[in-house]
Amino acid sequence: MTAITNDFPRDHSLAEPRDLDLGGKSGGRALKNSIATFVMWAAFAIAVIPLVWILVTVAVKGGHLILDSTWWTNSQQGVTARREGGGAVHAIQGTLIQGLVTALISVPIGVLTAVYLVEYGRGRFARTVSFMVDILTGVPSIVAGLFIYAVFVNAFGFQRSGIFVCFALTLLMIPVVVRSTEEMLKLVPNELREAAYALGVPKWKTIFSVVLPTAFSGIITGVLLGLARVMGETAPLLILGPYTKAIATDLFGGNMATLPTMINQDRDQAVTLPAYDRIWAAALTLILLILLLNLLGRLASRFSKV
Amino acid sequence: MQSVTGVSIADETAGPHGQSPLAGDGAGTGRLGDRLFGGAAIGAGAIVVGLVTLIGVFLLSQAIPSLMKNEANFLTSTEWSVGGEHPRFGILRLLWVTVLSSLMALAIAVPIGIAVALFITNYAPKWLSKPAASTVDLLAAVPSIIFGLWGLRVLGPHTDGIQNFLRDNLGWFPLFKETTVGSSTTIFLAGIVLAIMILPIITALSREVFAQTPPTHKEGALALGATKWEMIRTAVLPFGKPGVISAAMLGLGRALGETVAVMILISSLAQGTAFSFSLFDGGETFASKIALGAGEFDTPQKTGAYIAAGLVLFILTFIVNAIARIVIERRKAFTE
Amino acid sequence: MQTIHRRRAAVLLVAAGSLALAGCGSDNNTASSSSSSASGSTNSSSTSGETSSTDAAACPSGTLNAEGSSAQKNAFEEVVTAYNEKCPDLTINYNPTGSGTGIKQFNAGQVDFAGSDSALKTEEKDGVIEVDAAKKRCESDAWNLPMVIGPIAVAYNLDGVDKLVLDAATLAAIFQGEITTWNDPKIAALNDGVTLPSTPIKPFFRSDDSGTTENFTKYLKAAGGDAWAGEPAKSWTGKGEGKEKSSGVADAVKATAGGITYVELSYAKDNALGMAQIDNGSGAVELTSESIGKFIATATADGEGNDLRLKLDYATKEAGAYPIGLVTYEIVCSVNKDAEKQNQIKSFLSFFASSDAQTLIEEIGYAPLPAEVQSKVAAAVEALS
Repeated sequence: MTAITNDFPRDHSLAEPRDLDLGGKSGGRALKNSIATFVMWAAFAIAVIPLVWILVTVAVKGGHLILDSTWWTNSQQGVTARREGGGAVHAIQGTLIQGLVTALISVPIGVLTAVYLVEYGRGRFARTVSFMVDILTGVPSIVAGLFIYAVFVNAFGFQRSGIFVCFALTLLMIPVVVRSTEEMLKLVPNELREAAYALGVPKWKTIFSVVLPTAFSGIITGVLLGLARVMGETAPLLILGPYTKAIATDLFGGNMATLPTMINQDRDQAVTLPAYDRIWAAALTLILLILLLNLLGRLASRFSKV
Repeated sequence: MQSVTGVSIADETAGPHGQSPLAGDGAGTGRLGDRLFGGAAIGAGAIVVGLVTLIGVFLLSQAIPSLMKNEANFLTSTEWSVGGEHPRFGILRLLWVTVLSSLMALAIAVPIGIAVALFITNYAPKWLSKPAASTVDLLAAVPSIIFGLWGLRVLGPHTDGIQNFLRDNLGWFPLFKETTVGSSTTIFLAGIVLAIMILPIITALSREVFAQTPPTHKEGALALGATKWEMIRTAVLPFGKPGVISAAMLGLGRALGETVAVMILISSLAQGTAFSFSLFDGGETFASKIALGAGEFDTPQKTGAYIAAGLVLFILTFIVNAIARIVIERRKAFTE
Repeated sequence: MQTIHRRRAAVLLVAAGSLALAGCGSDNNTASSSSSSASGSTNSSSTSGETSSTDAAACPSGTLNAEGSSAQKNAFEEVVTAYNEKCPDLTINYNPTGSGTGIKQFNAGQVDFAGSDSALKTEEKDGVIEVDAAKKRCESDAWNLPMVIGPIAVAYNLDGVDKLVLDAATLAAIFQGEITTWNDPKIAALNDGVTLPSTPIKPFFRSDDSGTTENFTKYLKAAGGDAWAGEPAKSWTGKGEGKEKSSGVADAVKATAGGITYVELSYAKDNALGMAQIDNGSGAVELTSESIGKFIATATADGEGNDLRLKLDYATKEAGAYPIGLVTYEIVCSVNKDAEKQNQIKSFLSFFASSDAQTLIEEIGYAPLPAEVQSKVAAAVEALS
């Protein structure tokens, strides 16, 4: 259960096996053991290779652009595929704003669902909810986009805009929030609840002022990590969130740029053009933003260790 | 930190000392506050149930009119022409490419994921285990469009060698048969990239169940003179097996639905290309077909055909998740 | 409790940080333009326009959204940038989602005008008649204004072959997998004195639905006689290997010895690919803006009045005409309920049709409108109300 803080229970009373010389370990068994140890290390090395490779690729191809201050202060307005310059501030703002609003919608629903599952839910309905959350985890992002498009644009006739992107992302974020919150709530010791009940505190108040605050920073961690996932989503944005090169911060006012759509817009260019460098820089920016969120999440979980 | 992947098994497994997850406490008092708060919680749960139901209903309602007009067998045809008076479309090839690429991803990611999880929980020196876990988690933070571009531009050319080797030497085997696709952008490449994408999910979940192996089991094995590997084989792996299976299923679910990366990666086939079982063939998955066809969503009939494909994907994901759930439930029954 | 405060502080910090970021930033990337508003000028007001009427007609402010053909994307962006150097207060967004989607979004009132590689269709297609749907949306006729001419290159990768001549029948055979090696007698017959290698031919096509595919297959059908079996369509009906987008096919040809594809001129140029000359029946023609201009000049008007739909003569035998190209139309309402919007569209499109803009896009691999068409388009834009 300690996995939340990335701290694995390593029982120190356990002696390292190689110190246990009980005799009778044949050469074959020892060899197998050494091979297994080697395989584990090798597997980890293999897992790290693509990560490092991707990060290096992105940093080498896009790094020089994000070191330029205009990258963080200017939009792409007036910059074409063949021209250098401009920045990504429009896309960064769009990504952050859409992420924030998505979080504002999904967090209450997600947290309450988790509260239901942990504190209230028993029986068939709870199992249904739990199963549906799993299904939602598996809804392909493009299907989420199509769904929101059909409901709000086709059926209700709204203009496509940032808010509907948020709705689609909400569908993808809710299951993440539910699952992580559920886990945090289960970590809250039952003794705390029992103590509160013993004092005559009603259940809702116990949850509200004992359980949730205890799990608060853990929940924040989960939310930030969920955000990290939806901020990198591209597919629903292709359907719902038309791109603009200008700074646009109005969620209800039509086109709005985000980093994934910026990458998508510029990737259909010859590799030799300046636009192509910008997609790697945008990718690097997106990874850095997500990293920053991860760090904040980690920070929050550190503070929670009382 | 597994929550970066949005799924968790911790809630389904018993604690180290075998206590069951929280049981109902019956502390609700029926006071107004309780009814309001409990109602809100149930309401949130109902919203989730409602959303999933709505998505299913929506997919059906859009897909059915097109399916009614379809003149080919939707399940067994490999054609895809959705416009005009006589639409003929079927999902056989989409289904095959989707399943094949995802299974290949799984075949690569599961062994590596398990090994990495064991490394983190049992082998890594203490100073390394935390950073190692975060590093693998970091892979989950890379957006899928980047995986696609990186796979196409950077990784793809490097896989030419192995792809040609398999094609030339094992070409007699249906999976490695030579096809019309000449470049590296095959199902094989997509499988590799998908494997990298689902690796963090599988690792995160597996390491969590491994970490929960009761110390008594491990100590017992060691006390009987087992080597570390034997201890893992006899104590850790059997304990974690159902968890690993459901982790694999969740990874599979993600791979099945991956859109943009696959769209960028795999070459498409011309209409009428003979069906091939080969990994070195091109094609589209459900999700990438929808994304590629998005430029053609100008009439309800065409859109409906693509949504029908989306519906099959939804059902497929549904089945995979259901299997994962059944496995977890059975494990629960087993441990309690 | 202290930790809780710190946690909340951290959360507040994030929120504050993102809000702060949302408050700054600049759209001003051009040295010549004067300062522009930081808000991205999404909330336009016509007040400044009303006070100085002449300027307002020339330079309105606000936001225009357009969507459609990806073939014209680069031309469009270049022209928008040039336009904004003159009139910085009109933000113009273009989303290259494809011609079909552009028309759909236009008819659904999602965008102000559409860009399409084919004019609005007059016949029924899957229960929708595009012309009628557009008329319903506009409550007036919708006009097709040809604005960008995109030459389509037949790009190939063949070591040692700098000059390659092909004709429609041969191209059709190549793209249907009937000719499979480069030294096939049919190709050799067109290329006297060129040593052709025995490399297998690897045709690449666009896997996404595309107007480029549609126009290329229209050419094969019209000029190749019976050689091309399929019907012209946005999705490919021939053989080969599919790659996503123009950059995808261009990259594939660049990386594959023996590869051949059809792609917009600029991508062939940027990737330094070989471009085949096309024999239209009266000699081999190289792809230049002049030769594509000759092809467009053979087009006949197909619409009424200011609805300038063109009928391209792909089978033309005119000497020196390169017969593969596409015309991207801007599809607009002839009468717009929103006069301010129409004023913005007029201002931008009249610049687009001007010689300045047309020369500009010639530099990046498009062809300028022939003078006659250009003056008609300018007149039609003037007639928008």
